Amino acid sequence: MIVTGAFTGAVFTFQSYAKFKEFGFETTVGAVVSVALCRELGPVLAGLMVAGRVGAAMAADIGTMKVTEQVDALRVMGVHPVDYLVLPRFLAMMISMPFLVAESISFGLIASYMVTSFGYDMPSAWYLTHMIDHTNMEDLIIGMIKGFVFGMIITLISCHQGLAAENGAVGVGTGTTNAVVISSLVLLIVNFFLSILLNYIFPIGSV
Amino acid sequence: MAAPASSPTPSNDADVFIELRDVHKRFGKQEILCGINLTLKHGETLCLIGPSGEGKTVTMKHIIGLIRPDSGDVFVGGMHVNKLKDREMAPIRQKVSMLFQGAALFDRMTVEENVAFPLIESGVRDKAEVKRRVLEALEAVDLAEHLEKYPPALSGGMRKRTGIARAIICRSECILYDEPNSGLDPIGSDIIDQMILRMQKRFGVTSIIVTHDMRSIFKIANRVAMLYRGKIHFLGTPDEIRASPDPIVQNFINGRSDVTG
Ligand SMILES: Nc1ncnc2c1ncn2[C@@H]1O[C@H](COP(=O)(O)OP(=O)(O)OP(=O)(O)O)[C@@H](O)[C@H]1O
Ligand SMILES: [Mg+2]
Repeated sequence: MIVTGAFTGAVFTFQSYAKFKEFGFETTVGAVVSVALCRELGPVLAGLMVAGRVGAAMAADIGTMKVTEQVDALRVMGVHPVDYLVLPRFLAMMISMPFLVAESISFGLIASYMVTSFGYDMPSAWYLTHMIDHTNMEDLIIGMIKGFVFGMIITLISCHQGLAAENGAVGVGTGTTNAVVISSLVLLIVNFFLSILLNYIFPIGSV
Repeated sequence: MAAPASSPTPSNDADVFIELRDVHKRFGKQEILCGINLTLKHGETLCLIGPSGEGKTVTMKHIIGLIRPDSGDVFVGGMHVNKLKDREMAPIRQKVSMLFQGAALFDRMTVEENVAFPLIESGVRDKAEVKRRVLEALEAVDLAEHLEKYPPALSGGMRKRTGIARAIICRSECILYDEPNSGLDPIGSDIIDQMILRMQKRFGVTSIIVTHDMRSIFKIANRVAMLYRGKIHFLGTPDEIRASPDPIVQNFINGRSDVTG
């Protein structure tokens, strides 16, 4: 999470700085990078990483329980598998996802700041002022909302893939792969529509 | 085909506990059960035998509502199992517990936690009481000194016995055992047979036992049902099955195949 956030922040800064310099806008890099990280890159990167790590683990875990009849054993003991296996994961994800998004954004910004102030000789005060001036609470809220929604998508898809697993270890494998692939795709698609919706609610640049 | 005027009702006989009525089940093209009829009275011990892959496990899973029949009806304790929704199964699950053929232990829990799980879920919260009952159940299967082990670290027979302890701990009215003595040595197998007998005598437990072990059938069964080609091919007491003239039955219980060497 830290690494992806940081390096994306860094590379994004590096590229946009070069281009912005042509137009003499280089001081606004901080603002652009920050808004982009909050609204798009932070939540999406966090989501993709979580889909790969946590989603895969969920699908593999629950899938293994399914094919070894542990899920049936739960049912037989009067415990509904959704209550016992899905609900706690759902809650854990809803709580942790906003923190992971925040982490991804923070390290992206730190990396970006370091690139501009040490890599290019831009006074760091400019970067900070522009960044703080142009990043609103709304941008952060958008990031958090997206993180929240992505967390739900990942949990639902991964747990479903786990519970649907059949045919032994092979089924667990395909379920796990499917969980990551489907979660990532759905996440990217939902992100697009969520961006439209949230930009409508919290228009960019309004103060 | 005309629809039945009213939904089927369980038998009026108060003694009847489990009733399967013309149960059909197919998986894909393969027809597994083609009209199973079976009734079990309270406190009865039935052994279910039959060739491998004939649907013994599938039959058991119908009784506990893990599999729904394509047609036919399953009644347990007066409840119409195959008409219940997933979340309405709780009363069935309180009355009936099951040992899975592969034990189906929870890998993330120790032996002790596995055995305690159904008890805690059924509402027993007192820690000392849970501990006492867990030890009691594990002693009944001769496994009291492996409390802290995790299932992947157990031998096949130990896993099976842990599964048995987990199935008996709640003292359900009915216990379904899917091959309780496969994978056990003759002594271990006898310990389980004695335990099943004790459960029946002391608590009046109704049991269905899938087994291939003829010796334990003669020790524990009140009746034996043989599943063959998707139907109950034979139903009777252990003595009746031994005396049956039917060649399929005889070949099966004496372990004779038609293959000549
Ligand atoms: N979920 C399922 N999907 C497809 N086929 C299944 C399923 N469960 C069981 N079967 C098929 O049903 C048949 C009966 O299976 P079952 O497990 O009941 O056999 P069994 O009598 O218990 O055999 P064994 O003595 O080897 O345990 C088998 O041919 C099996 O392939
Ligand atoms: Mg079986």
